[in-house]
Amino acid sequence: MKKSHIIGIIVIALAIGIIMSTAGDASTYVSFGEAKELAADGSTTKVHVVGRLKKDDKGHIVGMQYDPTIDPNYFAFTLVDTNRMEQRVVYYNPKPQDFERSEQVVITGNMQQDVFVADKILLKCPSKYTEKEVSANTPGTAAKL
Amino acid sequence: MINTLIGDVGHASVIVAFVAAIVASYAYFMAARQKTEASGDTSWRNFARGAFYVHGLAVMVVIFALFNIIYEHRYEYYYAWSHSSNHLAVHYMISCFWEGQEGSFLLWIFWHVLLGIALINFGKKNKTWEAPVMATFSFVQLFLTSMILGVVIGNFKLGSSPFILMRDFMADAPVFKMDPNFVPQDGTGLNPLLQNYWMVIHPPTLFLGFAATLVPFAFAIAGLWKEKFTEWVKPALPWSHFAAVTLGIGIMMGAYWAYETLNFGGYWNWDPVENAVYIPWLVLVGAIHTMLAYRRSKQGLAASFILVITSFLLILYATFLTRSGILGNASVHSFTDLGLSGQLFTYMAAFMVLSVALLVYRWKQIPSTEKELSTYSAEFWVFVGSAVLCLAGFQVLVTTSIPVYNSFLGFIGIESNAALPADQIAHYTKFQLWAGVGVAILTGIGQLLWWKKANKNSFKDAITMPLMLTLLFASLVIILSNKFDFLPFKLDNPVYITLFVTSLFAVFANFSIILGLLQKKVSLSGGAVAHIGIALMLIGILFSSGYSNIISVNNSGMLYSREFPDEINRDNVLLWRNTPVQMDKYKVSYRGQFLEVKDVPEYVSKELLFQTADEYTAIARGDIKVKDKVYYKTGDTLEIVSPENTYYEVEYKSDEEQFVLYPRAQVNPNMGLLASPDIKHFVNKDLYTHVSTVPDPNEEKDWGELKEYELSAGDTIILNDYVAVFNGIERINNVPGVSMKNGDVAVQADMKIMGERKNYHAHPVLMIKDQMMGRVPEVIEDLGIRLTFMNIDTQNNKFKIGVNVTQKDYVILKAMEKPFVNILWIGTIIMSVGFVMAIVRRNKEGGTPDAKPAKKATKAQVA
Repeated sequence: MKKSHIIGIIVIALAIGIIMSTAGDASTYVSFGEAKELAADGSTTKVHVVGRLKKDDKGHIVGMQYDPTIDPNYFAFTLVDTNRMEQRVVYYNPKPQDFERSEQVVITGNMQQDVFVADKILLKCPSKYTEKEVSANTPGTAAKL
Repeated sequence: MINTLIGDVGHASVIVAFVAAIVASYAYFMAARQKTEASGDTSWRNFARGAFYVHGLAVMVVIFALFNIIYEHRYEYYYAWSHSSNHLAVHYMISCFWEGQEGSFLLWIFWHVLLGIALINFGKKNKTWEAPVMATFSFVQLFLTSMILGVVIGNFKLGSSPFILMRDFMADAPVFKMDPNFVPQDGTGLNPLLQNYWMVIHPPTLFLGFAATLVPFAFAIAGLWKEKFTEWVKPALPWSHFAAVTLGIGIMMGAYWAYETLNFGGYWNWDPVENAVYIPWLVLVGAIHTMLAYRRSKQGLAASFILVITSFLLILYATFLTRSGILGNASVHSFTDLGLSGQLFTYMAAFMVLSVALLVYRWKQIPSTEKELSTYSAEFWVFVGSAVLCLAGFQVLVTTSIPVYNSFLGFIGIESNAALPADQIAHYTKFQLWAGVGVAILTGIGQLLWWKKANKNSFKDAITMPLMLTLLFASLVIILSNKFDFLPFKLDNPVYITLFVTSLFAVFANFSIILGLLQKKVSLSGGAVAHIGIALMLIGILFSSGYSNIISVNNSGMLYSREFPDEINRDNVLLWRNTPVQMDKYKVSYRGQFLEVKDVPEYVSKELLFQTADEYTAIARGDIKVKDKVYYKTGDTLEIVSPENTYYEVEYKSDEEQFVLYPRAQVNPNMGLLASPDIKHFVNKDLYTHVSTVPDPNEEKDWGELKEYELSAGDTIILNDYVAVFNGIERINNVPGVSMKNGDVAVQADMKIMGERKNYHAHPVLMIKDQMMGRVPEVIEDLGIRLTFMNIDTQNNKFKIGVNVTQKDYVILKAMEKPFVNILWIGTIIMSVGFVMAIVRRNKEGGTPDAKPAKKATKAQVA
């Protein structure tokens, strides 16, 4: 067998290894129910959950806990997933700026005991996706929140 | 007044450019036919050339028109309105130009035009390449100009024009229904995040790299098409080097911008947008290596074809990924979706199908040798190196494409819930680190073999010295870092040691080659220089990322929960204003909020500025001076450079040194509040600091209940735990921000408050203006106190002062050390220098005929 063939076989083997490993490392989008089942089975894999913040009738966010003067690295909130299931989420980092304005929240992490511990929070803010508005009186300014 | 002329000129020019690209492609295609070439008829070629020049001219007019719209603030155009504003500095107007998709396409088109003209004119000696190469060029231009065409036929939209008017873009907006000629006064501005000098030069560099990959691709296609299977390599080689170096520099500029501006704590985040460019770069560098091997030993031609074509197709794939909106929320900084995904897909698919079909069709004709490669031949190791680079690229590609699989499966009706790996850094690192090890070893071995006689003994001689130096130096660093404290890391992780040792070997091996070439011909050492650069980059990445050390660890002991105390990193520290906190060896204090004022070399404290209704102007409340030079006097009006940026002064103090950093928080209209770091550069490390959370600068402070004090001059009271003395009142003639008329009276109280660090003088104002009582309170941010001059009791000579207190100002801070990050930047520069040396040399070679003696040519190769 020629050396180039051997190298070719090694390259293909490594490529297959890469695909397998990526499939193994790839995370999934799940609901809180599935995340709990995973945790109950003893799995510690990190998953993605998409949800919205829990709000009361008036549209105020409920259950958000962040007091930097006590602990700047502890942020907890309640997220409602697409199956309308509520879950307490803890994030051991400062509260992301503009968290309240988000329409949709994607969290990455896993269930630990009875809370979901998030490593990463991705926010979908409405201003990012809807068109800017124009009006005669207020020309758009750069620093309008 | 709406100026529709400039937009019409621009739009018409886009159409001209598009049509001229079609004509040029067709004419170049006709000119490249066997029959035309054989007959010696140059009419098709001349015609095509003319069409390409018309195309180029039209593109220039388009660029002029678009820049004019931005420069002249023509807000009747959507592009100017959404990407620019009145306050934007001229150099950032250049950035606005390519902030939008259309402008960045235009930039890309522009580079293609320049490269095309260069190819037409510099290839004078050998005209045979012009027609087939430029046919591909023009064909690409046809697709690219179609992206900004903005022609709607029925329900079919072809391209998105940058010259669309506001009233057409927002036809439903009530303003335009009332008055179709309405022109907004100001634009919404360039995303402040992009108002950075790197963003002026990074996109053009990157797009020049994008554009340059087309040249080797066009040569490869021309080679296949015209059955010149071997000749294309020579002219394509310097261009491949050029593409690789511009793309490489472009990527690193982006990385540096991210390091300086974003707050994820590094220069590389494995974001799909970054990966999308990294993958073709790796494959292109692989292609360069197989082409070099082919030039030396006539082996690896098929591989060169495959890799050159793949690198261009990957550029198209990168374009598709970042511009089609397919990444969704997997990426933070892709372009906004313009609904061009179908068109982008067509562009990518057309080139993929055509080039792969051509390659398959000609595959059997591509010459190959049956000669077996010896293990002691350089080519063997060069091929292995290319394979490693391609595998590294493949790994990034497989993972980055996960959102694409979801979309594709969704398209054919299968629901998929695959997501990117939860810990992307760990995922990519476990492959890329070993690819780095492989690259480091192979550059050393490959280069040594390339320059020595290919046999066992001479190789042994060559490798001994670098290997000994490597082991010596590596053991020294390992021992010193573990036993003593003066290095900012402890090199004890076996994986990191492997990368360190192999990279060192690459440095020494390539250095020995440069030394050897110094006596012969140093201009040949481009490859060795570039490889040293790469090896240094690997070392820089290893230390700065592998040994990145967070020093802002919270050990205050105040924790909400102790649910999982061991695994949680508490990486952020709360700093009350003027209350120092110990971090590592530094005593760190937060000193207050600052703004950037025009013509003042340092940031100016917000307390010295009286903000007016126009956020871009403020009035000085005291003399503004830097190092004894007074820039503004009390009462002067001054200009705030970017009111959306607040700088938080943070002072670091240790036994040896003291310095101040200004991490920034930006109120970003698109992305909310964004923090940018400030970095203190040391020789052996960077100290990287950013705020994680700040009290919202736009939110009104929550002041406590008003407490009133009746005071006489000289009275002392306690306010918010601080001692305060009331010195009396005085009449003043000017109140900042208020125009005083006859009959208006203003008095100010003078209070002295003793703070921790210094004494503060507060002057709340009470005035009678137009028979009305007015009050201008004074806020001392440092102490969280607001003083209001309530009233004067003239009979008893008593004065009523109202006091509110609030929570003191604070920031939450994250700080980390990045050891030896400088080596990464130095390595980048060295790599670029090496590439440029190689371009110069390959270009000279490309110009001379092939008649060089074979032996000499063999010697003169660089891996």
